[in-house]
Amino acid sequence: MEKFTLIINGNKQSVEVQPDMPLLWVLRDILDLKGAKYGCGQGLCGSCTVLLDDVAIRSCAYPVSEVGDQKITTIEGLSNEGKHPVQKAWVEHVVPQCGYCQTGQIMSAAALLKRNPKPSEEEIESAMAGNLCRCGTYNRIKEAILTASKSY
Amino acid sequence: MFHPKDLTMLPKFPFLKSKAPENKSKVFVPSRRDFLKMGSLATGGFLLGVNFQCSGPKGELITFAPNVYLSIDSDNQVTIIAHRSEMGTGIRTSLPMIVADELGADWSKVKIVQAEGDEEKYGDQNTDGSYSVRMFYEPMRKAGATARHMLVAAAAKKWNVDASECRTEMGQVVHSGGKKIKFGDLVDLAQEIEMPDQESIQLKEFSSYKLIGKDIAIYDNLDIATGKAVFGADIDLPGMQVAVVKRSPVIGAKVRSFNDQKALAVPGVTRVVKIEGAGIPPGLDKALEGVAVIADNTWAAIKGREALEIEWDLGPNQAYDSEQQLEEMLASTSRNGQIRRERGNFNAARQQGGQVIERTYLAPFYAHATMEPPAAIAHVHGDGTCEIWAPTQHPQWARQAVAQALDIDYQDVKMNITLLGGGFGRKSKPDFIVEAALLSKAAKLPVRVQWTRDDDLHHDFYHAQSAQRIRAVLDRNGNLSGWNHHTVFPAIGATANADEVHPSDGELGLGCIDFPYEVPNIRIETHESKAHTRIGWLRSVSNIHHAFAISCMLDEVAEAKGVDPVDFLMSMLAEDKNLTFEGELKGDFGNYGEPLDKFPWNTRRLRGVIEKVAQASNWKQAVADGKNVGFAVHKSFLTYVACVVEVTKADNGQLIIPEVHYAVDCGIGVNTDRIRSQFEGGAQFATSLVLTSAITLKNGKVQQNNFDGYQIIRMPQAPKKTHIHLIESMEKPTGVGEPPVPPYIPALCNAIYKLTGERIYRLPYKA
Repeated sequence: MEKFTLIINGNKQSVEVQPDMPLLWVLRDILDLKGAKYGCGQGLCGSCTVLLDDVAIRSCAYPVSEVGDQKITTIEGLSNEGKHPVQKAWVEHVVPQCGYCQTGQIMSAAALLKRNPKPSEEEIESAMAGNLCRCGTYNRIKEAILTASKSY
Repeated sequence: MFHPKDLTMLPKFPFLKSKAPENKSKVFVPSRRDFLKMGSLATGGFLLGVNFQCSGPKGELITFAPNVYLSIDSDNQVTIIAHRSEMGTGIRTSLPMIVADELGADWSKVKIVQAEGDEEKYGDQNTDGSYSVRMFYEPMRKAGATARHMLVAAAAKKWNVDASECRTEMGQVVHSGGKKIKFGDLVDLAQEIEMPDQESIQLKEFSSYKLIGKDIAIYDNLDIATGKAVFGADIDLPGMQVAVVKRSPVIGAKVRSFNDQKALAVPGVTRVVKIEGAGIPPGLDKALEGVAVIADNTWAAIKGREALEIEWDLGPNQAYDSEQQLEEMLASTSRNGQIRRERGNFNAARQQGGQVIERTYLAPFYAHATMEPPAAIAHVHGDGTCEIWAPTQHPQWARQAVAQALDIDYQDVKMNITLLGGGFGRKSKPDFIVEAALLSKAAKLPVRVQWTRDDDLHHDFYHAQSAQRIRAVLDRNGNLSGWNHHTVFPAIGATANADEVHPSDGELGLGCIDFPYEVPNIRIETHESKAHTRIGWLRSVSNIHHAFAISCMLDEVAEAKGVDPVDFLMSMLAEDKNLTFEGELKGDFGNYGEPLDKFPWNTRRLRGVIEKVAQASNWKQAVADGKNVGFAVHKSFLTYVACVVEVTKADNGQLIIPEVHYAVDCGIGVNTDRIRSQFEGGAQFATSLVLTSAITLKNGKVQQNNFDGYQIIRMPQAPKKTHIHLIESMEKPTGVGEPPVPPYIPALCNAIYKLTGERIYRLPYKA
């Protein structure tokens, strides 16, 4: 076990865990932040997406020991009340079906708009290709990102 | 104790039953005494699993609960019970909004509470077969109307006016003279009102509905967007530990021996527990044989499992090769099979000459691959009773299965239902919930079983692989005079009963035996095949492969005749009628659990969606313009759906689907936004079935481990635009969860043919 001090949603939090424990399980099992979801464990589906210094990463395949002093943002920190433009657009378009993948989708979309505030449809498709949705909400995700981009 | 008679109750899947079951749905009206008891109980008490807060003017909260689906508190809170499972269809919103509309509640203030699993109390909770709205549209309206009637009567009494002068709106009773009173101020008076007779209760005119027939956002919209929505694995209990299980790699494999030394040495691992599995047949509701590693957290359990050493007796399925079986199945279709439907004399038609078009169609095993892999939490208490939290489609079956596994009465299993991160039929099966219960009992702790993605893909209840052969005879005049359809696939029933070697009547009733076209000579045959893995049902079940074969073949027949496929199918429907298939079927026609007089198989409605999709997609012009458009129509789950798909190719060779059109006749559309979302999603789901997904087995083992091997489409592969054209109808509402999938599959295949010039006879088609 090793001690790590993480900066999560603006707060410093210390955990004592195995250094190879993926960030996802630190968030979910140790810190009780359940917004990021487990989907594949290999960075293939994007359900676990969180931000490290504004960049979307797959927390299921990101060892806690690699995080260092990078700032972690989870869905809980994006806006707990749903005030972030991406969350608002999600609600407006009623994007979710089952909803399981959506926190990961929202985090990927937030990262995309941060680095490219006016993405084309092709750029959205390419940036979101790492996030799977089995229910089939891709059309509405794209529409919501286009709507959200108007606030950037 | 678990009673054998309970087994006869379950499993019940209306779409697989050959005889239509009695529709047991009803509004559960408690006796007058119960109803008063509820009122008094509610003072700071516990009702329907909801802890009500006291907040009335004197610190006393009175609750009016005229039936189990609905309660109104004196602080004006309207609470509606969602008794069916939410897996993404929106049912947790769509049924409560029916109650709210009839009641005249303020929808923005309604609270929805998920019912626990209790079919004696709530009626059918098996969320499957696209029948929630079909079965509960009327009971939910009655539930709301009952309460409205009593509140109006209470207000009329208070005001000393005639009830007919009063109505409800936005959580108030309103008198025509302008007086208004909030529901909350009427709850005590309403309790004294005589319960109206359920048969004669007056429902609202359709035109006066404010919610039904409109686009209503899902109740969990904001909770999902903020990460607050609670799915199976999100439940945490004090002292809970996490289990990850190494399961038999081959169906029927048994643990010969195992060494847990290295697993127990992994930091955080606390226990290693063997699970006794069901063997062969594996059953639909049993745990698989396996060894569980229980740990303080998920990661430790995963690492512990990696360190487990297990010797397996692999058993008879270790030689199984799915590709080899598929070849044998295909070969069998060239022989005479078991006749399941016969009209006229196909062989005579064939011998009369003309042209015979003979084609074969293969489709693979598919996994459900819900984004949320199975997970369940169980806490077996010291007194032997058990409490479960699980994402289950079928709470009652899960209760029964847990009770059987623990050897307790099912009444001693409390079943809490979380949101489901996708279901598609996978989470009907309670095997993962049984595992949690067995492990909690062994560990004497609350336990969460967490399936990893490889567990999910290796140990699913797969959609069966299939081989089909269709012979179409065009007589000397070019008319389609004969149709001979051979279908073979391992039956779902074989998972519980190895003697089931032919598809059941129920499975054939899913888009095969009910071939609706006016062909004078029809012969439908099945062949034997055995299950060597667990077979289950996936969104639209055997409609998937039946629609693929039938509608691809019909497209080819139209081409051979030199006619437009839309015109061809319209002509093949001949005059409008209700089909009964009487005298032609060798077994029963299930009609998705409904009697044909109540839900007829109506060719006018099929024609209606064909006309609509052709017009809305501008089909004739698209064909004339040389666009790569494909068409198909398929009725399933009592909903009529026609589909047009367009494809193009990008400069880099990537297949693009620019446009999809659906015409849908599902009767009354309850929540039109969720109907559209099901079709948008259904098109994407079906695109994966056509283009990317397949499960194969070698040496009895599934070969795909994660989303790299078992691929589902990603955003760039999805249809760019999906247009849904709803037929305006006052027919009884039917479901929309599954019906989008079947017609899309052949429509896409027929479109790809236009693009490439090659017909698709095997799925998946690797573009």
